[in-house]
Parts: sequence; C-alpha cells; structure tokens
Amino acid sequence: MLEVKDLTARYGRAQILNGVSLKVGENEVVALLGRNGAGKTTTMKCIMGLVDQKTGEITYDGQSLMRKAPHMICRAGIGYVPEERRIFPDLTVLENLEVGRRPRREGAPEWQLEHLFELFPNLAERQGNLGKQLSGGEQQMLTIARTLMGNPKVVLLDEPSEGIAPVIVEQMARVIKELKAEGLSVLLSEQNLHFARAVSDRACIIEKGTLRYEGGFDDLDAHPEISQKYLAV
Amino acid sequence: MGFYVAQLLTGLANASSLFLIACGLSIIFGVTRIVNFAHGSFYMVGAYLAYTIVTTLDGGIFGFWFGVVVAAVIVGLLGLLVEVTILRRIYHAPELFQLVATFGVVLIIQDAALAIWGAEDLLGPRAPGLDRAVRIMGEPIPEYDLALILIGPLVLAGIWLVFHRTRWGVLVRAATQDREMVGALGVNQAWLFSAAFVLGAALAGLGGALQIPREAVSLQMDLSVIGDAFVVVVIGGMGSVAGAFVAAVLISVLNAFAILIFPQISIVLPFIVMAIVLIVRPYGLFGKEGSEHGAPSEPEQPLRLLSSRATIVVMALVFALAASPAVVSDFTTILLVDVMVATLFAVSLHFMMGLGGMVSFGHAAYFGVGAYAAAMAVKFAGLPMIPAMLIGPLGAAAAALFFGWFCVRLSGVYLAMLTLAAAQILWGVTFQWQDFTGGDDGILGVWPAKWASSDRVYFYIAFVLCVGGIWFLRRVAHSPFGYGLRGIRDSDVRAEAIGMDVKFHQWMGFALAGGFAGLAGVVFAFSKGSVFPDVLGIGQSVDGLIMVLLGGIHALAGPIFGAGVFVLIEDWVSRLDYWRFIFGAIILVVVLLAPDGVAGGVDRLLRAVGLRREERA
Repeated sequence: MLEVKDLTARYGRAQILNGVSLKVGENEVVALLGRNGAGKTTTMKCIMGLVDQKTGEITYDGQSLMRKAPHMICRAGIGYVPEERRIFPDLTVLENLEVGRRPRREGAPEWQLEHLFELFPNLAERQGNLGKQLSGGEQQMLTIARTLMGNPKVVLLDEPSEGIAPVIVEQMARVIKELKAEGLSVLLSEQNLHFARAVSDRACIIEKGTLRYEGGFDDLDAHPEISQKYLAV
Repeated sequence: MGFYVAQLLTGLANASSLFLIACGLSIIFGVTRIVNFAHGSFYMVGAYLAYTIVTTLDGGIFGFWFGVVVAAVIVGLLGLLVEVTILRRIYHAPELFQLVATFGVVLIIQDAALAIWGAEDLLGPRAPGLDRAVRIMGEPIPEYDLALILIGPLVLAGIWLVFHRTRWGVLVRAATQDREMVGALGVNQAWLFSAAFVLGAALAGLGGALQIPREAVSLQMDLSVIGDAFVVVVIGGMGSVAGAFVAAVLISVLNAFAILIFPQISIVLPFIVMAIVLIVRPYGLFGKEGSEHGAPSEPEQPLRLLSSRATIVVMALVFALAASPAVVSDFTTILLVDVMVATLFAVSLHFMMGLGGMVSFGHAAYFGVGAYAAAMAVKFAGLPMIPAMLIGPLGAAAAALFFGWFCVRLSGVYLAMLTLAAAQILWGVTFQWQDFTGGDDGILGVWPAKWASSDRVYFYIAFVLCVGGIWFLRRVAHSPFGYGLRGIRDSDVRAEAIGMDVKFHQWMGFALAGGFAGLAGVVFAFSKGSVFPDVLGIGQSVDGLIMVLLGGIHALAGPIFGAGVFVLIEDWVSRLDYWRFIFGAIILVVVLLAPDGVAGGVDRLLRAVGLRREERA
C-alpha cells in the first residue's frame, strides 16, 4: 500500500539517498535497517513530505505523495513518529495528544484515549504533566500515542528503541505487535537487529543511501555476511 | 500619597494600551516567526477606523463600543490580506526579508492613510459614559483610564482562555514550539498562521481604537508606538503573552514615576529597562531558550574571491567613478557622494549581518555617532577637518565597543532588539541634551576645510574614504579574522570547540562595523554641512537594512548594488506625491520577485547569458 521507488534526496549539496525502493504491504511490519547516517531518517522524512529536494516516486494507495504537504500526507493516513521525539515541551500530555487528534478514517482502527492509556499506562498517570517533565521513555510513548490519535493506517516509527531503558524497549516491542494486531502497517527504522527481528515481518537494509538487501529475516540469518557488512552487530 | 496613587493609575492605564498592541505582536512572532514592523500601522489604522465609525454613527455608549469592535475586526481582515498576499510567500525567506517586507507595508499604509484621512491630526470623541473624572484620594482620575485598566487584564484573560481551552489555541501553542511537527500531525500550517496573524492584527487594531479618547489620531502613530511595542515583547520574552503584560506594566509604571524625577527620561526609559533585562535574562522575562530565532534559513554559501574577469569589471567601475566628476554635472557629483556614503554604510552593516551573523536594527547609531563626533570636534573643539574626520570613526568605534559588549552576549532577534535599544538611547540623549548636541536644531556649519570646499575636491575625499573603507572591509572578509566571523555565524558551538573566543571575535567585528559606519557618517556630515538627530534614528537604520536586503544578503557585492539602487530610487521617487506608497510597492516587488536581492538577480542574469558558469554540486 505504501511504495517508494528510486527515491533520491539531498540537503543542499549533500546527496543522502541514491535511489531507494521499498514497499510496505497491508498490515505488514517492515524493518528499515542501517547504520547511523545510512539514510533511514531521510527516507522517512521524504515519505512525510519534510524533504523538498527529492526525485523518484512515493505512492500510497495508488496516489503520489511526492508533491504533497506534510499535513496532507498525514491526512491521507500516514502517521510519523520522529526519532528526536519532538513532543511539545510546554504542552501537557493531554494537550500533546490533542494536537495529534484527527477524525476517524475509513478502514483504520480508531484510537480512544482510554485505549491509548491502556497501552501506555505511564501516560495515564502523567496526563497533566508538561511534555518536558517526562522521562525519555515516557516521551517516546507520548510521541507514539500522539501519532495514533490521528488514526493512521501506516505508522513510520523512527528508531523507537534508541536511547531508552531496556525495560521500555520491551514495552516498545509489545506496542508494535499491538499495532499490527490492530491492523496497522508499520515502517520501522532500526539499528538493533534483534529488536527488529522480534517485531518485523521483513527487513530492508540500506547503506550510504542505497538499498542493499530486501527480504525475510531467515535469509538474513542464513547469510550473516550481509549484516556483518552493513550493520553494526 | 494621593498624587502617587494617581501616577500609578495613569501608569497602569498606559500599560493596558501598550499591552494590547504588544500582545498581538508577540502572538504573531511566536507562531509565524515574523518580526512585524507593520504592527504599528495596524494600530494606527484601528484608531483611524474607530474615529470614522464612532463619529459617523454618533450613537452614544453603544455606538462607541460598537465602533471600537468593528474597527478591530476590519483591521483583522486587513491583516488577513497582508498575510495571504505577501507574508505567506516569504515564510521561508531569511528573517531580514520579512522585516523589510513588513516595512514596505508600513510605507504603503502610511500613504494610504494620508490619502483617506488627510494629514491633519484628528481629535477623537470622548467615550460616552466615561467622559468624566472620579476623585480617588483627592486626585482626579479619568473614568476612561479606569476602564482601560480593566480592559487590559480582561483581554489577557480572554487570550489565556482561547490558548488553553480551545483546540485552536492548543495548536497555536504547539506551533510556537515546533511548527514542522504540527504540520506532520495533519494541521494545515498556512491557515494556522493566517488565523494567528489575523488575531494579532485585530488586537493591534483594538489597541488603536481604544486610544482615540486619549490622544489625537495622527500619521505618526505607527512608528511612534512600534519601538515601545518591540521593547515590551522583548522584555516579556518573544512569543509570551503573559510576559508582554508584565513588561507593559513594568515599563509604564516605572515611566510614570521616573518622569517625576527626570522628565526627559520617557524617550529612553523603555530601552534602558530592556537593556538591563536582556543582560540579566537573555531571552526576556518569560522567554525560552531558542525563542530568539526567526524562521530557519538556508545555510550560507561560501564566499569566493572575485574571478579575474570580475576584478577587471570592478576596477573599471571604480575608475569610471573616479573619472565621473570630469563628465557629469555638479548635482550628479553630489548625488554620487550620497551613493558612496550609503554604500559604505550598507557595506559596514552587511559586514556585521552577512559575515558576522549579527542582525542590527540600530546600525544608524554608529553612523550618527561618527557624524556627531566629527561635527562637535569642529564646532566645539575648533579642530580642522582632517583631525575631525579621524575623531568621527574613533568615536563611533568606541560607542560600538561599549554597546557591542552587551549585544554580543545575545543572539538572533534579541541581539537585533538590543542594537535598536542602543540606537534609541543615543538618539534620545542627542535629542534631549540641547546644550551639548543642539537637540532638535542639530549642529550647523560643519563645512569641509577651505581647500576641500569645492564639490569636486570633496568628491575625491569621499571617494578615497568610502572606496578605501569598502576595500578594507572586503579585505577583512577574506582574512583569517573574516573566516572566524563566518565560522561563528555558521556554528558558534563548533567555533568555540576549536578554541575560538567567540564573544571576543564578535565584539571586535561589531566594533569594526561600527567604526566604518562612523566613517560613512563623517563623510555625510561634511557633505551636508550639518547633522540632525535623524541620522541616529530608526529610519536611518531601516534604510541601511533595505539597502542590504535590496542587494541581497548572501553576496558580498550585494550592499554595493543595494545602496546604489536605494539612493537612486529615493532621489527619483521622493520628488513624487505619495512617494512612500511607490517606494513600499517597489520593496514588496523586489522581496516577492527577487528573494535573493539585486545582486542575486544580476548573478542569475549573468548565468543566463553565460557570463558566469553554473555551480555544480
């Protein structure tokens, strides 16, 4: 349903992506693996319309996203959870969620506050706290919850396990499985192969802005040299 | 005792007026990151509209308040027009462009108001039902002042409710913290920006409309209020409405008592308070770190040395300039001196902004100090021209060293505002200190020495000083000191990490730019034979900004084109009726059509005809 074809992108003179193609199918969790600076975040930003200098094609449900503004892409059904979290520091948890709220969408699960608070019990306790008062893990949960308030069909999750406590990483894994169980598709960017394997259906590996591998985790395990070469394991 | 209570109440009433205009400015900056010079114009239009509606309706209490509200609504619609037609196109342009664009709007509205309402001051009606004074502790207090004291906090409470109890308000607050993320969450930023701009404009209109029973409506209302409004916003913290309220009360009450001790202080007091607050709290009372920066802009391109072909062209132009007095009329010779003065002034401003990354809204301060120092050296110390010409730039550099020490401790809009404060303080002192500076009457009879009195000889003196100054600043730009300045501009953290003393470097850059602005001021003073406080004023500073912007901030040659074009356009246009309107329109056309300025436009033209090769990544 989400398809990226021959995507190139650059910031000024720095070429970041040199033709990346990948697909995320209906109710599929795809892991986008690669080292720091490989182009994972840029790929996501391109899908979200946050990078202007790009060529290639990005389609979602058959319609092109290449020239759409971020808010139109979000309204089409794509939710974005940025790596730096980017919660609103001076808004309360509830207000942060309010910013993400969008009307229900055909064919996507609807998320109510109660449901989100079940999924993220910490947030329920901290509803009235300001974003900047939350811990790193809580902020990560808030970002995901905020995106789910928009009732998306596809979620772009940028390195959700980065820089948070192991116990919360486990919780993240549960959350991603829950998203799949609810019928969502997920594009997950990761450096951590074990985490990705635990939650994803397929893997894509990019290095220096180029796709190096696409396929199942079994094949990847059968050829350890691939992960040796392109990932930090 | 009663007298002091009366002073306090007057101060609080003034605080309400000031808050109404400043809070709109703060909201607009918080959401759109635009420093809106036209905010004073919205205030003025609000006052004129209220005057017209209230006097036409003549409908008692209801008519008055209805007129006030309708005026605010119409100003809000005017704001929508400005936002949609102009600002929406330049949200991604450098912040200076936005500033100059809004200044273009100021000029256009000024002449539009002149055409509609005429040049005469209009004395507004008193507010029906509130037209008397009540005695409080024996002192008469106007009822209308008491109403204003109530209206300020009511508006603050209303804004607070909208921002905290409505979805729109939450979105606006989110947008002040991370606009891009708000967009990625499905919110159409364009409409959010428009709505915030309309609200801000309407509040300014309301402030103006409420002012009609208190002061005459005049064409000077716009620029007279904008300085104070900026100061309030900066003291409170850019984007903070509550901060604007506290700052408005602080300034107005301080002012109400300070004038008892030192009557002349009201011109400079707000700026002194601002300077003190910013030194103690660099982001204002309620501001947050990071609130000082406008819209993110493209990274700067590296400067290149001129190619040999370009060097030949430049040399040819310089020789043509040098030879021009032999060919052109005396009048043109004088005009060319103006162009050279403006160019040196613009180049020194560009040195500070383009290379140093320090935006100055008050560069006229150093131009003016140079001019005054030289003029006073001639008039009071009786020095001949040449020593006086030395004293000017030295005085300007000394002033720049003094104020620069404070300014470089800040960055972004706060730095710009502190430079404005410095310029206003100097202007205020010059204006008030009649015995020393001549005040409003200026200093007359500052003529060049006898041997230099002919237009042609003076042309060559100006030529040597201005072209020499421009050459020197260009030389510095390509020196290690210049590399350092540019490095700090691009990343002060990295510059510091490789061992540069960032503040000292910026301080020296500030002083050097100030010194050369002073040199321009000296040449100016002797060419005109007199100096007036205007040379230190906001108008002169904005002229410099427009020149740099017309030329394009990214190009080293930009200010040269910009100053030339500016002086020639001004010379031509200012002879016409409604020249402000035309000039404002020209500014808007340039900003909207050539966002990289005249130099950028020429550059593109050269590429188009193949004289310069395309850069490849």
